[in-house]
Amino acid sequence: MANVTKNRPLSPHLQVYKFIPTMAMSIMHRITGAALYFGTVLVAAWLIAAASGEESFNQVNGLFGSLVGQIILFAYTWALLHHLLGGLRHIMWDLGYGFEKEFSTMLAKANLAASVGLTILVWIVVLVVR
Amino acid sequence: MDMRTPLGKVRGLGSAKSGTDHFWKVRTTSVALVPLLLFYVVFLVMYVGRPYAEVVGALANPFVATINALTVIASVIHMRLGMEEVIQDYVHSESMKLLCLVLNAFFSLLIGGLCLVAVLKIAFAG
Repeated sequence: MANVTKNRPLSPHLQVYKFIPTMAMSIMHRITGAALYFGTVLVAAWLIAAASGEESFNQVNGLFGSLVGQIILFAYTWALLHHLLGGLRHIMWDLGYGFEKEFSTMLAKANLAASVGLTILVWIVVLVVR
Repeated sequence: MDMRTPLGKVRGLGSAKSGTDHFWKVRTTSVALVPLLLFYVVFLVMYVGRPYAEVVGALANPFVATINALTVIASVIHMRLGMEEVIQDYVHSESMKLLCLVLNAFFSLLIGGLCLVAVLKIAFAG
C-alpha cells in the first residue's frame, strides 16, 4: 500500500468559484509580482551598463529604446504600479480594514483603473519630456 | 549571551519554526518599497533619454545612490520571499521544490549583487 495519500480526493479549488474582481486582482497581484521578479534582469542590465561605461550604456539604452524594448518597459511600468497599489490594499487588509464586500470589490476595480491610468500618465510625461 | 530559555525561544514559532518572520519581512519591505520605488519612477522619468554623463552624474549623487542601494536591498528581500511563497504554493514534489527554492535564492542574490555593485561603483568611482 504505497502512496495511499496520492489518490485522496482534493477539496474543490478555483474552478468552483464565480470569477469576481477581488479574485481577478489577487491573481494579477501574483502575476505582476512574478513579472517584476524576472524583470529585475532589465534593471540589473541597465545599472551594470551605466557602471561599465558610455558605450555599454548607449547599447542597453538602444535596446530599451527599440519598439520591443518600449513595449516591455511599458508593461513593466504597469506591473510595478499595479503591484504597488495592490500591495497598499493588502497592507490595509493586514491592518484590519476594508473587508466590506462592496468596498473591496470597488477597490479591486479601482486598483486596475488606477494602475492603467498612472502608467499612461507616466509615459505621457516621459514622451513629452523627451 | 542569550539569556532566553529553550521554551521561550520556540514559543509562538509554530510548526514551520519561523513564526511570523516571513509575513513580517514581506510587509516591512513592501512598506519601505512604496516611497523608494516612487522616487525611482520619478528619477527615471526625469532622466530617461538623457546623455550618459548626465545620468551617471545623477546616479553618483550620494542621496540618489543611498536611495538606490536601499531600493536594491529591500527589493531583493521582497522578491525572494514573494517567489518563495509562489514556489511553496505550486511546486509539490519535495526535490523540485528544494531545487526551485535554492535557485530562487541564487537568482535574487545574483541580481542584488549585480545591482548593488553597479550602484556603488557609480557612487564611488563614477
